[in-house]
Amino acid sequence: MPVDDDPGACSVPRGGNWRPGARWAREGARDRLGVAAEATALPLHQQPTMRELRRRSEAAEHPFKGRQHAPLAATVARAERAEAPAPPLILAHQIGNQQLIAAACPAALALGLVPGMAVTQARALLPGLDIRASDPAADAVVLDQLASHAVRHWTPTAAISGADGLWLDLTGVTHLFGGEERFSARLLGFCRRLGLTARVAVAGTLGAAHALARFGGQPIERIEVGREAQALAGLPLAALRLTPEALAAATRFGLERVGDLLPLPRGPLARRLGLASVRRLDEALGRVAEPIVPVVAHEVPVATLRLLEPIGTAEAIEQVIRDLLADMVEQLRTRGLGARTLVLALDRVDGSEQRLAIGTVRATRDAAHLARLFHLRIERVDPGLGIEAMRLAAPRTEPLGATPLGGTLAGDVGLADLSTLVDQLAGRAGPTALFTVGAVESDVPERATIRVEPMASPQGWPAWKRPVRLLRRPEPLSGVVALLPDHPPRRFTWRGHAHAVVAGDGPERIHGEWWRRDGEVWAVRDYFRVEDEAGARFWLFRRGDGVDGATGDLSWYMHGLFG
Amino acid sequence: MPAATSHSEIVTRLRESIADVRPRQVAALPFALPEIDRRLADHGLDGAALHDIAPAAPSLSDDAAATLFIAGITARLAAAADTRVLWVVSRFDLYAPGLEQAGLPPGRILFAEGREDKDVLALMEDGLRHGALAAVVGEVRRADMTASRRLQLAADAGSTPAFLSRRWRRQGVCPLSELSAATTRWRIACAPSERLPAPGVGRARWTVELVRQRGGNPFSLLVEASDDTGRLALPAGAQHRAAPAAGATARAA
Repeated sequence: MPVDDDPGACSVPRGGNWRPGARWAREGARDRLGVAAEATALPLHQQPTMRELRRRSEAAEHPFKGRQHAPLAATVARAERAEAPAPPLILAHQIGNQQLIAAACPAALALGLVPGMAVTQARALLPGLDIRASDPAADAVVLDQLASHAVRHWTPTAAISGADGLWLDLTGVTHLFGGEERFSARLLGFCRRLGLTARVAVAGTLGAAHALARFGGQPIERIEVGREAQALAGLPLAALRLTPEALAAATRFGLERVGDLLPLPRGPLARRLGLASVRRLDEALGRVAEPIVPVVAHEVPVATLRLLEPIGTAEAIEQVIRDLLADMVEQLRTRGLGARTLVLALDRVDGSEQRLAIGTVRATRDAAHLARLFHLRIERVDPGLGIEAMRLAAPRTEPLGATPLGGTLAGDVGLADLSTLVDQLAGRAGPTALFTVGAVESDVPERATIRVEPMASPQGWPAWKRPVRLLRRPEPLSGVVALLPDHPPRRFTWRGHAHAVVAGDGPERIHGEWWRRDGEVWAVRDYFRVEDEAGARFWLFRRGDGVDGATGDLSWYMHGLFG
Repeated sequence: MPAATSHSEIVTRLRESIADVRPRQVAALPFALPEIDRRLADHGLDGAALHDIAPAAPSLSDDAAATLFIAGITARLAAAADTRVLWVVSRFDLYAPGLEQAGLPPGRILFAEGREDKDVLALMEDGLRHGALAAVVGEVRRADMTASRRLQLAADAGSTPAFLSRRWRRQGVCPLSELSAATTRWRIACAPSERLPAPGVGRARWTVELVRQRGGNPFSLLVEASDDTGRLALPAGAQHRAAPAAGATARAA
């Protein structure tokens, strides 16, 4: 507090109109502009919000809401936008006691972070490094999908080579794609569209292709059959798929390149590096044949019938469907599968194709049931001038073993299967028309239920008294006479009718869910169950607890009806 | 034919002679209330037939009472048969927690939603013919004689009881005025509950009116609403009192 040393003047500043803590009387009073300048001088994340700057027009933030400090969030967003090049990315894996780099992005490779380096060292070199755990299983899944895509689209014989490669047998298929070069270019483009960096090598042997793709240096390498020795001579020995022990031994003997092995006599070579290494060399050079173990794509069960004469009547189509289903069920039975989805393709005489699809809620091989499901759809077929071929495929199947019949044989009728009924009703009304209602963990009545799949048996709700019909939206009541804070209303008017209440239960207080919306932070609903003089029982609520104005505006609503 | 001594004797004999025509395969579902059961021709609800149920007035609370009446009956059927109830609606405004408190937990109901009454009736018929359900309930605004006869035949074929909840379409036109092939036709209204000595709402009461039944007489009764296992009760102390509401009773079905 400033001390006034001048006894001649008034003993208090400003002639006695003095208030403790007045802004002008404070130590080193600052003006608005000065404060604003100080605030902008602070780093962004320390800048005060408008509320802290006494700007009362801004609403206060809820202290526990999981929202970020607004100026800080803006900074982060700006920083992300400004820093377009992402930090170098490496994948780490655990080897023994240390974390090693499993793979690195081109930016990281350019900075000298190579696979095999310790992650701690990389982090020391580059603090802002983006390090993620490598996931070999996910890599294998992607590679597997690529292999099955290759089998389906490019060549009947494809195999997975190591953890990062594919072998495609191009014998007799490249002319379909315009030659080996164009096929390789298309392959590269395909991988680029998927976001993969690929290198392609075309060679006469599996070993040479493997070596050139990994160590060749060019995105597309092509060598003629018989020129493997010249092409491989300059590559390191690791290209030959040798074991680590053989590689270590070769380093001891000063053998570094494939070309170093070629002039050596085979006997001593086999003694020093092992017979397997010599075999790898022979395989790469084409002296020994190496078989390819192809990936077998999952085959979708298909039944096809070509008709002698075009058909057009519903009865004939149904007969063909029954024949196709008999064939399909036999196929499924031999494989131990049950169909979840069946697609029927009908080829018309004019060359167009129509499709009918059915789905089942449980895997099934019941031909009669499936025929009934198709029967519901058959009116959607437009046969035109006639249908000349029909093809039934089961794109989605699930394992289905034998079904026990014990109860039936013993004469016990037991429970018939409801899943056939669900399929039938879904076929008639659409897949979303059938449902069961399950519980959601929420006290707000309209949020407590959710539609779940038809055959589910979800948990129930707490035993608070609930109406059997809930209005889609609460409807406002007028003319409500009620004692505050916790009495049910004495009378109210709803939909134009006045009701005099003779009995009531309540209140059941339901708080708003503050984590959902700002408006529900303090909101409260007080629910009452009331009965009017005619015996009708209603579920009403009042917004607000009747004491604190922030909890609601004390308006009344009708929400549901008890019988 | 021997000379009939009295009118009632003739009726009894005729009834016996046609009793064999329709063999009963499904046991009737009794209400476990002698007051109701002894007045029903089958001493309970026919387990392979159609039953019409309508609210007595076009108010939502009577509608809720009719819904709970059906929910109570089907809850006992589902618990006895240990399967599900198919509940077909065209506009879904049921509140499942309320149904659970009437004895139908979520694992016992299968809801189906049709676009209009025609779809609702078709779905009901499919469910009835399947035969694996405890009961089939449908909510419609109108179903003519043909539709109700189809449902009756389907219920008979699948040995599954069908409950057709008819909702009000127009003020002043009772939904039960439409012709129907249903075995029983019920009209449900809310009634004032007994005043408790303490503040609060007592157990709900309904005026249950059997408007028409095959082979029996109509009656009207004041009952206490079904509890959480779907059982009705009679108000204590007023066992033989007739229903007070007279207006609905007077209307022909």
